[in-house]
Amino acid sequence: MTTASPIPDKLTKKDLTADHPTWCPGCGDFAVLSSFYKMLERRQLPHEAIVTLAGIGCSSRFPYFVNTHGGHFIHGRAVPLASGVSLARPDLHVFLFGGDGDAFSIGGNHLEHGARKNINLTYVIMDNFVYGLTKKQTSPTSPVGFKSKTDPNGAVDQPVNPMKKLVTAGATFVARSHATQVNHMISMMERAMDHPGFSVVEILSECVEFFPGAFDAGNPRKGGAFQLIDEKKFDGSPEDELRHDTTDEVAAYQLASLPFPGCFGVFYESDRPTKNALESLWVEKTQAKLGDTSALTLLQKTFDRMK
Amino acid sequence: MTPIDPLNPPLSGTRADLRPEHIRDAVIRLAGNSQDGIQSAGAMLARLAGRSAQDVMTYMTIPSTISGGASLFQVRVGTGEVLSPGDEADFLVAFYQHSYDENIGFLRQGGVLLYDSDHVEPDTEDKRFVHVGIPITGLTVEALGGTAKDKGKNIFVLGLLAKIFDLDVEKLKRLLNEKFGGKDESVLSTALMAFQAGYAYPVGNVLSTRYKFEPSEDTGGISQVTMDGNQALAYGLIAAGVRYGAAYPITPWTTVMEVLRAELPKYGGLFVQCEDEIGAVSMALGFSYSGNLAITGSSGPGISLKTEAIGWATMAEMPLIIVNVQRGGPSTGLPTNVEQSDLNQAIFGGHGDSPRVVLAPSTVEDCFYIALEAARIARSYSTPVFILSDASLATRIQAFDEPDLKNLVVEFRPNLTPREPGFQPYPLESLTQHAPPGTRMLGGVYPTVTGLEHDEMGHPTGSPRLHAAMTAKRRKKLQKLAAEIPAPEVYGESEGEALIVGWGSTYGPIHEAVKTARASGESLSALHLRHLNPLPNGLEKIFAKFRRIIVVEMNDQGLYGFGQLATILRARYCDPKISCLTKTNGLTFRVKEILEGVLK
Repeated sequence: MTTASPIPDKLTKKDLTADHPTWCPGCGDFAVLSSFYKMLERRQLPHEAIVTLAGIGCSSRFPYFVNTHGGHFIHGRAVPLASGVSLARPDLHVFLFGGDGDAFSIGGNHLEHGARKNINLTYVIMDNFVYGLTKKQTSPTSPVGFKSKTDPNGAVDQPVNPMKKLVTAGATFVARSHATQVNHMISMMERAMDHPGFSVVEILSECVEFFPGAFDAGNPRKGGAFQLIDEKKFDGSPEDELRHDTTDEVAAYQLASLPFPGCFGVFYESDRPTKNALESLWVEKTQAKLGDTSALTLLQKTFDRMK
Repeated sequence: MTPIDPLNPPLSGTRADLRPEHIRDAVIRLAGNSQDGIQSAGAMLARLAGRSAQDVMTYMTIPSTISGGASLFQVRVGTGEVLSPGDEADFLVAFYQHSYDENIGFLRQGGVLLYDSDHVEPDTEDKRFVHVGIPITGLTVEALGGTAKDKGKNIFVLGLLAKIFDLDVEKLKRLLNEKFGGKDESVLSTALMAFQAGYAYPVGNVLSTRYKFEPSEDTGGISQVTMDGNQALAYGLIAAGVRYGAAYPITPWTTVMEVLRAELPKYGGLFVQCEDEIGAVSMALGFSYSGNLAITGSSGPGISLKTEAIGWATMAEMPLIIVNVQRGGPSTGLPTNVEQSDLNQAIFGGHGDSPRVVLAPSTVEDCFYIALEAARIARSYSTPVFILSDASLATRIQAFDEPDLKNLVVEFRPNLTPREPGFQPYPLESLTQHAPPGTRMLGGVYPTVTGLEHDEMGHPTGSPRLHAAMTAKRRKKLQKLAAEIPAPEVYGESEGEALIVGWGSTYGPIHEAVKTARASGESLSALHLRHLNPLPNGLEKIFAKFRRIIVVEMNDQGLYGFGQLATILRARYCDPKISCLTKTNGLTFRVKEILEGVLK
């Protein structure tokens, strides 16, 4: 960590590495972390402009393992924290990492509103279908019948469908990946980062300790099928008719209804304006009307009206 | 007949029919229903007084229902210092029978009852008061062209009061212009017609005296600004260079966020209405982390929701201003009444050892200055700072000397200067000053801010030695602050029989009580605290000079007989002579209550 060279010409994995991850050996999150390093290496963003934020959970330890400006917040509230950073600082790339508990349970309302407001940030949700940090309780994405310490007879509550939730909430980039598919993860994260707006990638990331084998059905090396979404190319060809139109909300919802493990890739994207852009526009218009005025002059004018 | 210009009607009705009497101080209570606009009429009187360099203080209650229900607005205008809105009214304007029934008890003996004879039947046999009956509703309807609606009664009454108190009509018309101009022109002309009708009413037939305020002493060329406490807070924050904030609406906090939402874009900033209280404090912390000290605020129930995140601010050493405009509690409690019962919550309302700074403004004027102080402390000590205002300050309108903005306005930008190798976000031997994201770290090592116990680099640790050292670090910075803030000055003699200790909005009635008691030869002084956590050093030396210390506060005496601040002072100074006077009826202290309570 202390050996990082000052002001590197090129941002390398070595520069981006901080503490050694505290995850269990075999945890899917390692692959997510290395994919993130690889994406950053590929894109060569200014080191100081990368911000890595998280809430609470195993996956939310992420910021300690990445040598960038970072913050580890409270459980479930990382979306509004990251929104504050994004709205105040257009010069930064805001990355948010977390798990299914943070995103869909305690932070569910914040996810909805971050999506609705279309805040410009990238949220990677490492979904393992179980609460791992607290050692095996039911999560909002645990399948019905999953036996945990809080559901010894098997979970009875219908799990959240992340893709459906995100599409209906108004997220403007919604994608899904699998922690065993490194290249796919990198490309999804990269597209999410390039998307202006609230971009989310759900990554199925296995908890080898408390829900082993949960995602084998999506892993070809374990006999499963990693079924990619075939995106529409708008080339007028007959085969294109069958492809998925990523701007079609209803089609995205239908894709999200496929039985587990479903398919992977971009479900939905939209170019709806971000809150960042809309608020900046308001600020610009207001300031243009006022002309080049100092804070002192502005406040003095206000006080003059109160005399 | 010459056509009348509705925007500039000639003023008829001579004032010669009223005998002039010079007065220095008048308390006018307007009592009606919440949709009658008595607040806006009262606010105009207050603003006029402010513009005439008179002191003014108001007091209002509004029902927490959406529409309807009794409402009152009290204005006290004085030549010289006005400390409280007044225990008793000199003038009572009663719009309805219930307004009369509920408020006649607040009219002083010899006071004037001005009532709407279309709605009120007073007991005219009661010779303690001067009865002035005027068909306010009928005359307003008539003046405005015979519509069945009685909107405009408030402005009619304003005209009537302008006549009785010989107020500056030109200034009042200018205020009406500011209030109603810009909208549909007919709105302004209607208002002016209502005003004119009230002003022209031959009030001399029913009232033999007109009152004239003595001209004010020279204010030394400083003009006055007139606003309420929530406005003063919002503009104080702007003056302090605070440009970002987030909140959720709740009475009586809401108007602070309304002002900031509308004003901050002018200054290049942003205020966001969030999905809930937790989202709001979290977003505000995001702003602060980005290098822009931010503000969130609420009232009691909302602050309860924010507490976990405020604990993070203490742990992560993130600057943040949290405004609590207190109301009656617990739970939804009394949404539109006043109480000072959130002091314990502000100081202790977090899990773990989580020291934070708590300040309280004493007057509307102080709402402006406390915001500057809060921002200064939050930035210098990288800490969350509470501002405890309350419902009475929030809506109280006061005129105060215009702040010297040239010397007060702070321009603040995130400090993105590259940091030298070896930078630590949490140094044990010095105050934390974060490097916001976007700052180049010349050593190549980037900092983490965190709610986990951490080492000096912000990396998690379970080390017993580090937890003890970091807990002490977070405590010591508040102890350092305590040494820096001066002890407040004693009002009255600096030694004697009894010292009242107060905090927050009770400043006015406490000081008026001390003034009154001293005038009648009692030995009574007062000390008002703006810094409640940490307390300034040296209070024990002040306390030592008095035989009795009485803490006057608007909260319950608690299980062991002491109010919230009294309990803290007793714990801090182990001094059995500290006692308290508390009240919990949701109303502000009356001067009389304080005098009776402390002079026994």
